[in-house]
Amino acid sequence: MTSGRLTIGAFVSIDKDQLQTLLECLQQVGYRTIGPQVRDGAVVYDDLASVNQLPVGQIDIQDGGHYRLEADESAGWFDYVVGPHSLKNFLFPARETIQQLTLQDGSWASTTPEVEGPPLAVIGVRGCDLNALKIQDRVFLEGPYVDPHYQARRERLFVVAVNCRRAAATCFCHSMGAGPAVSPGFDLALTEFTDRFVVEVGTDRGGEAMKTVPATLCSVEDIQTAKDVPKQLEKQMHARKPEDGHPQPRELDTTGIKELLLGNLQHPRWDDVAERCLACANCTMVCPTCFCSTVGEVTDLTNENVLRERTWASCFTGDHSYTSGGVVRPSVKSQYRQWLTHKLASWIDQFDSSGCVGCGRCITWCPVGIDITEEVAAIRGEDI
Amino acid sequence: MTVSAPFPSVNRLDPWKAHSAKICAVFEEVPGIKTYELELEPAGVRDEYRFQPGQFNMVYLPGFGESAISISSDPGSPGRLLHTVRAVGNVTNALARKQTGDQILLRGPFGSWWPLENCIGQDLIIACGGVGLPPLRPVIYEIVRRRKEFGDVSILYGARRPEDLLFTNEYESWRKAGIQLEVTVDLGNLGWTGHIGVVPTLFERLDVSPAQTSVFTCGPEIMMRFVIQEAQDRGIASERIFLSMERNMNCALGLCGHCQLGPEFICKDGPVFSFDRMEPYFHMEDF
Ligand SMILES: Cc1cc2nc3c(=O)[nH]c(=O)nc-3n(C[C@H](O)[C@H](O)[C@H](O)COP(=O)(O)OP(=O)(O)OC[C@H]3O[C@@H](n4cnc5c(N)ncnc54)[C@H](O)[C@@H]3O)c2cc1C
Ligand code: SF4
Ligand code: SF4
Repeated sequence: MTSGRLTIGAFVSIDKDQLQTLLECLQQVGYRTIGPQVRDGAVVYDDLASVNQLPVGQIDIQDGGHYRLEADESAGWFDYVVGPHSLKNFLFPARETIQQLTLQDGSWASTTPEVEGPPLAVIGVRGCDLNALKIQDRVFLEGPYVDPHYQARRERLFVVAVNCRRAAATCFCHSMGAGPAVSPGFDLALTEFTDRFVVEVGTDRGGEAMKTVPATLCSVEDIQTAKDVPKQLEKQMHARKPEDGHPQPRELDTTGIKELLLGNLQHPRWDDVAERCLACANCTMVCPTCFCSTVGEVTDLTNENVLRERTWASCFTGDHSYTSGGVVRPSVKSQYRQWLTHKLASWIDQFDSSGCVGCGRCITWCPVGIDITEEVAAIRGEDI
Repeated sequence: MTVSAPFPSVNRLDPWKAHSAKICAVFEEVPGIKTYELELEPAGVRDEYRFQPGQFNMVYLPGFGESAISISSDPGSPGRLLHTVRAVGNVTNALARKQTGDQILLRGPFGSWWPLENCIGQDLIIACGGVGLPPLRPVIYEIVRRRKEFGDVSILYGARRPEDLLFTNEYESWRKAGIQLEVTVDLGNLGWTGHIGVVPTLFERLDVSPAQTSVFTCGPEIMMRFVIQEAQDRGIASERIFLSMERNMNCALGLCGHCQLGPEFICKDGPVFSFDRMEPYFHMEDF
């Protein structure tokens, strides 16, 4: 058994039930604990009071426009992968008030509402989503202007990550260098075994949280075995082959992708995808890195109180590029092209990384199953 | 030569927070366009406020929303803030109903600016149409004050009709300062004896030394397209042609995503760009 605070880089083993102890520790020090659970047939993130709520023994079958949960005897506590939610839903909520205006003695005063509620601890964050978090950090924290609302939540966020040991067919984190192994940025990272979790400590805060959780220090071999779990999966993902009766495993060739896409802005494939795309904006809503938003006015009946509310926006609407002189991107073709070229090409210029972490959500949650990997492959296939 | 990183007065605390400003005067410029003289409140904010020519503010009317509006006054007198606004929609029409003494709110200044400091000792062509003149007026004021620092300076300006021409009472002082001012309208009237035609045709009246000339242009994209063509035809390099771009603008902070054009956020990387940065996308339809 270990005692006292664990240092950064430490690996310990805990009995599976002790995840509950960790959860309670986090709750006791004031965190609102969030974790995966089943809602309306899909794994979502919501308040997690107890580990009993976790979708233990469930796996997800994902494909273009398709998501289904299945019981699986060999499945552990975290063998489903990502559902429609990501950290974005919590750090950059779909709707929030960013300014409050009050009319006093005939003049308006503008105040910033406090970000309310306890700090968040999210359990079950995957490698792809941890990378998506870092990408959103670049947008909201590392530009010339810092968004104070995101910042307030982000600085207090506690991340319990999970190394995936199974991938869905829609996952292509291995192509994007975003998984399946979790990269630094977590407070604690779990690797699941049949009878226990190996916990890696990523921060002092993480070490602190483990203080009262009964744990044993891992041997060197043990650590290696844990590290091999996501490595094995990564190897498997690179070797995946299409099988009859199973969804096609995804991958994305990113070689020269910026030049490929920006050099093919007139490619006939954009017309082809525009025929299929409904411009429903689902892909932008579920994408963990998409950050577009619109601030609008909400006025009360007296006209003396105005809330400036920020809601998620999408490049799949005409509003998005509206000016009094006209809409810049009126067609579905131009909207899909904007989405794809931003995500995979111009993002690299803007933020020094791809805007895609290969989580596959946009594929699964597209009602018509449009597949980002397939669209890129088609353009690459007939590079013009 | 690219426009360097802007942001002279970033409010790191909360870039969403708007300042109060009192309307000290309203000038009816031409039908549909008014200039608002604003005084930031309280005095402390006003005294600290600085801007560069070409920068803009987000003008905010609670309950209506925000609009990106360029500053049209002299950067040398930042305490006297002017905005020249055409009423076209929700916010700008609500603004048009405001009167002297009323309060509005604003955030700013935002964006990159005209690289005047890189043009010292050189010739400059300012080509603009309609409400493209207000964002360039701060440049003109700066040049008038520091005329000796620049070579040949010309302004090519056009409006739809003679009665739409902005700032006509200042033309005399610009010419007196040794600026070649060429004015054109699309549609003349009985009293109009000046040039008729679009702005790019005014290039004919200039004697251009391409190696030492920069172009600043602002106006409808179609006008800028032909201005750039004329400039390039005369041998002026893309790196020396600067334009102010317009896209839907919601936050001005590079956070909302609306104003993107390829790799650029018009609000924080622009609105003023050297043309070489826009060139790959400028002719791309619906991009
Ligand atoms: C950098 C920049 C500087 C500008 N400077 C001036 C100026 O000095 N004088 C002037 O009259 N106009 C200027 N404009 C245009 C001005 O922003 C729009 O005319 C104005 O936003 C229209 O708002 P509205 O609510 O009245 O119109 P609506 O049609 O009701 O528009 C609703 C909203 O859409 C957005 N929007 C609409 N048109 C534009 C547009 N052209 N550009 C950006 N966002 C838009 C705004 O958020 C606006 O509030 C500038 C635009 C930009 C991008
Ligand atoms: S683009 Fe699709 S696969 Fe990539 S991060 Fe967004 S939702 Fe995931
Ligand atoms: S690609 Fe699919 S999810 Fe995205 S807007 Fe089109 S139809 Fe909707």
